[in-house]
Amino acid sequence: MNLTIGHFLGLGAILFALSVVGVFLNRKNLIVLLMAIELMLLAVNMNFVAFSHYLGDMHGQVFVFFILTVAAAESAIGLAILVLLFRNKSSINVDELNELKG
Amino acid sequence: MDYQTGFFYFFSAVLLFSALRVVTSRNPVHAVLYLMLAFSQAAAIWLILKAEFLGLTLVLVYLGAVMVLFLFVVMMLDIRLEAVRKGFWRHVPLALVLGGLVVAELLAVLWTGFSNIQAHAVTSTSSGLVGKSNTHELGLLLYTQYLYPIQAAAVILLIAMIAAIALTLRHRKDSKAISPSQQVHVNARDRLLVVRMAPTQQAVDVAPGAAAEGAKA
Amino acid sequence: MSSTLSSGTLLAVPLAPLVGSLLAGILGTKFGGNWIGRRLSHTFTILGVAIAFLLSALTLKSVALDGARFNATIYEWMVAGGLRMEVGFMVDGLTAMMMCVVTFVSLMVHIYTIGYMEEDEGYNRFFAYISLFTFSMLMLVMSNNLLQLFFGWEAVGLVSYLLIGFWFNKPTAIFANMKAFLVNRVGDFGFILGIGLIAAFAGTLNYTEIFGKASELASLQLPGSSWMLVTVICICLFIGAMGKSAQFPLHVWLPDSMEGPTPISALIHAATMVTAGIFMVARMSPLFELSDVALNFILVIGAITALFMGFLGIIQNDIKRVVAYSTLSQLGYMTVALGASAYSVAVFHLMTHAFFKALLFLAAGSVIMGVHHNQDIRWMGGLRKYMPITWITSLLGSLALIGTPLFSGFYSKDSIIEAVHFSQLPAAGFAYFAVLAGVFITAFYSFRMYFLVFHGKERYGDNPEAHHGHDDHGHHGADQKPHESPWVVTVPLVLLAIPSVLIGFLTIMPMLFGDFLKDAITVNTSAHSSMVELAKLVHGPVALAIHALATPAFWLAISGVVVAWYMYLVNPSVPAACLSALKPLHTLLVNKYYLDWFNENVLAKGARGLGVGFWKVGDQGLIEGAVVNASWKLIGLFSRFTKLIQTGFLYHYALVMLAGLFLFLTYFVWLAK
Repeated sequence: MNLTIGHFLGLGAILFALSVVGVFLNRKNLIVLLMAIELMLLAVNMNFVAFSHYLGDMHGQVFVFFILTVAAAESAIGLAILVLLFRNKSSINVDELNELKG
Repeated sequence: MDYQTGFFYFFSAVLLFSALRVVTSRNPVHAVLYLMLAFSQAAAIWLILKAEFLGLTLVLVYLGAVMVLFLFVVMMLDIRLEAVRKGFWRHVPLALVLGGLVVAELLAVLWTGFSNIQAHAVTSTSSGLVGKSNTHELGLLLYTQYLYPIQAAAVILLIAMIAAIALTLRHRKDSKAISPSQQVHVNARDRLLVVRMAPTQQAVDVAPGAAAEGAKA
Repeated sequence: MSSTLSSGTLLAVPLAPLVGSLLAGILGTKFGGNWIGRRLSHTFTILGVAIAFLLSALTLKSVALDGARFNATIYEWMVAGGLRMEVGFMVDGLTAMMMCVVTFVSLMVHIYTIGYMEEDEGYNRFFAYISLFTFSMLMLVMSNNLLQLFFGWEAVGLVSYLLIGFWFNKPTAIFANMKAFLVNRVGDFGFILGIGLIAAFAGTLNYTEIFGKASELASLQLPGSSWMLVTVICICLFIGAMGKSAQFPLHVWLPDSMEGPTPISALIHAATMVTAGIFMVARMSPLFELSDVALNFILVIGAITALFMGFLGIIQNDIKRVVAYSTLSQLGYMTVALGASAYSVAVFHLMTHAFFKALLFLAAGSVIMGVHHNQDIRWMGGLRKYMPITWITSLLGSLALIGTPLFSGFYSKDSIIEAVHFSQLPAAGFAYFAVLAGVFITAFYSFRMYFLVFHGKERYGDNPEAHHGHDDHGHHGADQKPHESPWVVTVPLVLLAIPSVLIGFLTIMPMLFGDFLKDAITVNTSAHSSMVELAKLVHGPVALAIHALATPAFWLAISGVVVAWYMYLVNPSVPAACLSALKPLHTLLVNKYYLDWFNENVLAKGARGLGVGFWKVGDQGLIEGAVVNASWKLIGLFSRFTKLIQTGFLYHYALVMLAGLFLFLTYFVWLAK
């Protein structure tokens, strides 16, 4: 059968769901949390590219470009924060990061 | 099925499997490596979609820079693996339910919304400009319509760099820089001690021997 | 206006006592450094009042004999939105008569005070106050506009407060002066409403201008109701008179005001201040004539006061209280006369009453001094041997009070009774019964007091609780015999006794039926014909005296005296027997019809309770609690719940975000089709 947009959209959806599950399952490991966020961004990018291809519009790919930029910046800062956290608490356990609670 | 579809299924299977392994790995280094695998499969899928610039950018930027950064951090941090895995299976049911819901919702939205696009097959590429490469077309858009966003993106990257450095900066121990806020908050009491003394005091009698020594020296 | 009355003379009349008062009050007290002593204080003040009296007498002569009048503004002190506020004088027959009465009685009281307050520390202060009172009362009666009248009204109320509480260390005196002031305030509230209505609808406070507009006002109704405007105005003004002239139910302050020294009881609470209300109604006669409802109201109130206050006088044991209730009853008579549209009769009774009541009070004061400051008449008796001048003058005063023919009280009282008899108003029947019954009661209590004090067994040594009053002269023991008072006390008694006997006989014809009050008082003779009928009846003072033998009033008075003589001289056991037989009635009278109880426990406690209620419930509970405190407490409560959402856990936040996303998706996909 032919590839339709539905295939790519389904792929993106499942990828997104996997990363959401990853956020919830990884209470103990902050790094995996950050990686799950990268996966979420990848899923979104997948959607954009698929739409760009099937609708014949280049603007979707331009958007992916920018998402890539921002995702890179965000992961850099996220990792810097992680490093600082580890420096201060010697642990990357998310359950222990509740000092900002009300 | 034609080979394009077959390649798609192969790449997506690997992608999904490696994504699963990212979130379920015990070892964080393995998780990073699986993430790298996932991104490479995604790049390949994008090639199928004729977005070769973006696919290769994914490889260059993500696999080449971001994932390497992740690896650095993972290897730098001294993580104890046993403590990390406790309580993993407790949350699986809720997570599965949530995941299932998310998928269902997204698919419901996207499929019902865009079912009529299924007729629109992969025939021509974008904007009727057949024969131009993906890079060329992306460039045409970026440097005309999206000029300002590009500058903004550049600034974002600059800020990210400054932020990362500023956050993790450890000052040199021998730096003589002063915090202006601390300087302004200084109290006279911290710097000055006023002692009451009598204006004159009886001179202490020095022994003749000591005075003679002093005279000699 | 006549050239014979000069504004300078008239201005000197109130100002002379004021100057005397200021000199004695400022220089003679600690306030000004105690510069002048007692002799100078009383000299200045008596000089001031004497000048006022002389000038008033001259004015009266001009007004009565030469027909001089004066009505002008002396000083305009403010114009506010078209309303002119001025100091001015209107001198006609009514004013001239009041001026003379006020200054004469004041002069007598001033002289009397030299003897009575001899050993009091506040001697100078007292003189300052009574001179100040004279000034205020004169401003009140000489005024030509309602605002100055009100100024005088309030000023006499203030000085009355100061004087009732003269012995300010006595708690009962302080209670009494607050009571007087507060009850007066209730009356003043009505008065102000009346003045306000006049100012609003007539646009002026000047008497002449108001009376000029009276016919216009007569046709107006109070906006928003079906009441006639004049009725409302007159009732409001009369409420003011009720307060000042102690009519029921605002009479409760007068018996308590006996806490003050006796001279002021004579000056203020018998002769002058309490008559201000009567004077004001008489002055406003053009307005009152326009409202029958108001006149009926006045009749009823006056009748109730006249009769029921008389009852209370029967059972009093304090000599001053007997005279106080007598004053209340006589004020009721004056009010009844006003209600019957016999304004000149009311004013005539005002004048005669001023003399004999002041006399009776001063005589009571003399008796009190004589028995070393005991005021209980049960422990007096047979004093006629020791205090002859006081005795004779008291007898003359009492005879005048009960209405013995040829005495002044007879002429005024009889005229009132006849005038009420002729009145056609619906309430006149009850009023006639009241005033007639009051004659018997008046005679009874007056002569009860007279017999118990001056005749009978000498009981002054039997007083179980012999006390020496506030200013202990150094006389000790109850075995000291009573003595006559010094001449400064007895001369005023004699000087007051003379008009008590003669003035009625001499002035009834010109005052009631002549031209003396013709332009001061307006009567609508077609509707209220009592004066006209009275004129037909009265042909002259002698004729009236002879005619009296045929009236029921005379025989009631005689029988009152006889009953009193029997019960207190012939058979002294009768009063005790009556008491035990009529115990409930006696209890009612002793408790003054429970009016004081009502005022203290219902009104005063209620007002205080209202205040506490507003404070605790309104201020603390509602405003502080429900509005101020509740706002921050509510915010705190709300925050305490919302802060639980901030768990600090990343995955909780991610979950919430996801849930939100899920909801939005659901909404936009399924529900917002």
